[in-house]
Amino acid sequence: MPRTEFSPSITSRPVYPGLTPQGATPAIMLAEGPGAEAILDLAALDASVMDLAHLIYIPAGHDAGPRLAALGAKMYREAPSYASALERYRKALADARMGTTLYLAGSEGMIGQAVAEALAAGLPPEAIQTEHRGTIARRMQCVHCKGVTENVTTDPFVCSHCGLTLFVRDHFSRRLGAFQGVCVDAETPGIVPAVQEIKP
Amino acid sequence: MTSRMLRVSAIEALSPLVSRFRFEDPEGALLPLFSGGAHVVVEMPDAGVLRRNAYSLISDPMDGSGYEIAVRREDGGRGGSKFLHTQVAEGDLMRISAPVNLFSLDLRAKKHVMIAGGIGITPFLAQLKQLARLQMPFELHYAARSRAEAAGLALLPASPQVHVHISEEGNRMDLGAILGSQPLGTHVYTCGPEGLIEAVAETGARFGWPRTALHSEVFMAPPPGAPFEVTLATSGKVVTVGAHQSLLEALEAAQVEVQWMCRGGACGRCETGVKSCHGTIEHHDHWLSDDEHARQTKIMPCVSRFKGETLVLDL
Repeated sequence: MPRTEFSPSITSRPVYPGLTPQGATPAIMLAEGPGAEAILDLAALDASVMDLAHLIYIPAGHDAGPRLAALGAKMYREAPSYASALERYRKALADARMGTTLYLAGSEGMIGQAVAEALAAGLPPEAIQTEHRGTIARRMQCVHCKGVTENVTTDPFVCSHCGLTLFVRDHFSRRLGAFQGVCVDAETPGIVPAVQEIKP
Repeated sequence: MTSRMLRVSAIEALSPLVSRFRFEDPEGALLPLFSGGAHVVVEMPDAGVLRRNAYSLISDPMDGSGYEIAVRREDGGRGGSKFLHTQVAEGDLMRISAPVNLFSLDLRAKKHVMIAGGIGITPFLAQLKQLARLQMPFELHYAARSRAEAAGLALLPASPQVHVHISEEGNRMDLGAILGSQPLGTHVYTCGPEGLIEAVAETGARFGWPRTALHSEVFMAPPPGAPFEVTLATSGKVVTVGAHQSLLEALEAAQVEVQWMCRGGACGRCETGVKSCHGTIEHHDHWLSDDEHARQTKIMPCVSRFKGETLVLDL
């Protein structure tokens, strides 16, 4: 699965320029699903990026684990979900020194959360590299109940927490790593526009 | 520039070459507070020449009872520091500008690392007081050639975060050790000679530091050079700049109004357009980009000079 090309029309969406090797500097790598292919491409460009890398992989139904493990990262671990990887990721950030590069590859929801976590840990934004691979489903926060619904592929959709029907806004919160969802039928209860598939 | 007349309330030698000057309002009024890294511009009427030099404030930023600066006497310099050391006495009134900060702490940082070379310790003396109040993690590295020259020693708190490196005693500063193992969110501030600032930038690049986390302030006096002439486009007036005078000072002496703030090529306030240039502008500023320097359509009169046939300024 190649790098996702998003429409440039959504100005608040982060740009995911792709991964560029920074040489054998200390690195934290977080890959999710098809994001593994971005790490494999990165290592193919410059194998030395793996020398001091701590690579965490969330397979999410993708089976690139053995190929990633063979890249020779200083440390390689798999986790079944971002939530389960979070403690390891936080510890890696807490132990990291200035000069560390963070490589993130996978879905927008994973990248958004991981970037927010890294910035909160003090990593300079310039040290973060991102590449979007895989699903274009959105991670949505309901602005009413504040609950987050993962993997939203349609507009409108039903909030998995409070049950309101939400309009998918093109408003991305870097703090939350999520787009904002707003009640679509607040003024005309029950009158909901036709459901459409979200486009990149 | 907003400025006010203040009384020199104390002069104290800190080392054979460095003295501390304290300024207070003659009526005892409180002065505006500032932030660590701020400087003031001191006006010195010196035998027909009005000198204006910028000095970092070293006193507590939250203490409005006075402003303090530490000045190193440069006998080979343009004369400002020598004037302060030889012509100024306690009780004198001097015109002092309001504080301006071009070297403030980045308060988003999780830790602050300050690196001082010689008299470059001055802005950090105020920042240390600010950081103590903010209770933020920091370390300070102060490099000097000899203990006798290290005027900052008398003003630095005894603290495990304060590291003194005296090269004469073989205790040289190891930038690799300082920059190689800082936690995420650290910002580095360097003040001192250009060589030290370049060394920190190089070492930072080697360890993969983003440039945005490296801050610096070089103390820069207008460099001397061969005298030259400039023509002013609106009046047709020709102004001659002396060997030890800056273009800004020559314009001021000719009663030409130019906005200024730092007088050291850093703030950008005195940026002046160039109408035509037959020759080479000797750019010494840190404000214009390399491209702008090459185009020769702008000049920073506070530090830059000219060599060639004619230079016409948009003034």
